[in-house]
Amino acid sequence: MHCPKCHGFMHTYNRNGIQIEQCANCRGVFLDYGELEALTRMEAGYHAAPPPHWGGHHDYHHGHHGHHGGLFHALFTS
Amino acid sequence: MSAQVIYDRNGVLVVRAGDVVAKAHRPGRALGPEFARRVEIAASLPELFNTPLGPPLSVEGRTVTLERYGTPVDPHDPPWEDAGRLLAALHAVPVPADTPSFGRPARVARAVSRLEDGEAADAVRRAFASLPAWVRGDAPVPDVTDERLLHGDFHLGQLVRAGEGDGAWRFIDVEDVGRGDPVWDLARLAALYATGILAPDAWGRFLHAYRDAGGVAVPPDEGSEWTVLDMPSRALVVQIAATSLRLVAEQGRDLAPEETGLVGACVRIAELSALP
Repeated sequence: MHCPKCHGFMHTYNRNGIQIEQCANCRGVFLDYGELEALTRMEAGYHAAPPPHWGGHHDYHHGHHGHHGGLFHALFTS
Repeated sequence: MSAQVIYDRNGVLVVRAGDVVAKAHRPGRALGPEFARRVEIAASLPELFNTPLGPPLSVEGRTVTLERYGTPVDPHDPPWEDAGRLLAALHAVPVPADTPSFGRPARVARAVSRLEDGEAADAVRRAFASLPAWVRGDAPVPDVTDERLLHGDFHLGQLVRAGEGDGAWRFIDVEDVGRGDPVWDLARLAALYATGILAPDAWGRFLHAYRDAGGVAVPPDEGSEWTVLDMPSRALVVQIAATSLRLVAEQGRDLAPEETGLVGACVRIAELSALP
C-alpha cells in the first residue's frame, strides 16, 4: 500500500496487537477503522495504580522518551 | 577477527567478536557448582534465555561465559510489553531440579556497604536500616510458599534479541538466577516508578502485559500490586540510591535532581516504621 499523502511505501507493523501502517518516507501513520479506538482503550487499560507516598512520585517527572537524566543507568544496569 | 569491548566496569569485562560475546565475570563471583547449574538451567530454557555456549570456563582465575551476540534494548523504545510477558513466562516454568536458592537480594547490602561518608549516604543507610533484617543479611531468609524461577537482577540491560534485532527477546546474565519470590524481578521497575523516574505509562504497559500473561508475582486485581511490591521496591530504592551515590562520587560531581529525589525517598522510607 502507498501513502495517501506522499505516495511513499507503507510498512505494516504491530503495536500491542494492533496493525498500523507507517509511511517509510514521511513517517505518517494510517489507522484502519476502529484502530484508533482500540489504541485508546489500550492506553486506558495501562493506567497504573499510584505508588506509595514515600517515593515522592509526583515531585519530578520526565518525558516518556527522555534519558531520565542522572538515573538513566538505573534502568539499564545493576 | 577484531574484538570490541561492550562493557568494562566494576571488574566485569564483556567483549564481542563476531557473533560471539565473552563475559569475564567479576573476580570472586560466578563461581562453583551453583553458578554452573545456573548456566545449565539457562541453556535448558532457550525460549527464555539467550543460550550460553557451553559451561562456564575458568580463565586465569576468572569465570568466563560465552553466548551469541544479541541486540540490546533501544533506550528510546523499550519493549515494555515483551519484558512483562517474558518475566511472566519465566515465573511460570516448573522450577528445574537443583535450582540454587535466590536467597536474599544480596545486591542491596553490597551497594550500601560501598557507600562513603556524607549526609546523602547517611540517609541511604538509615533507609537500609528500616528494611527487614533478612534483606539486610541479619536474619535467615524466610520460607517462600510458592517458589518460582526468577532472574534475580532484572533490568532493561538484561534483555537482548537474537541476531541483528528482529528475533525474540531473551534474558541474559544468569548470575542471580534462582528459586524464590518472583516479586524481586519487578522490584527495580516498581522502585523507579514510585520515585517518578519511570513514567506511569511505561510502568503501566509493563505491569499490564505481565498480568495479562498470567504473571504470578502480583495479585491479579489491578491496583493490588503494592501490597507485595512495597517492601521490595523500598529495598531497590536503597540499592539504586547507593549505586548512584557511588557514581556521583566517582565522577566528582553534584547530585542531579533525580538523584536528590532518590535520596529524598530514602529519607521518607527511613521515617516510616521499620519493616519486620
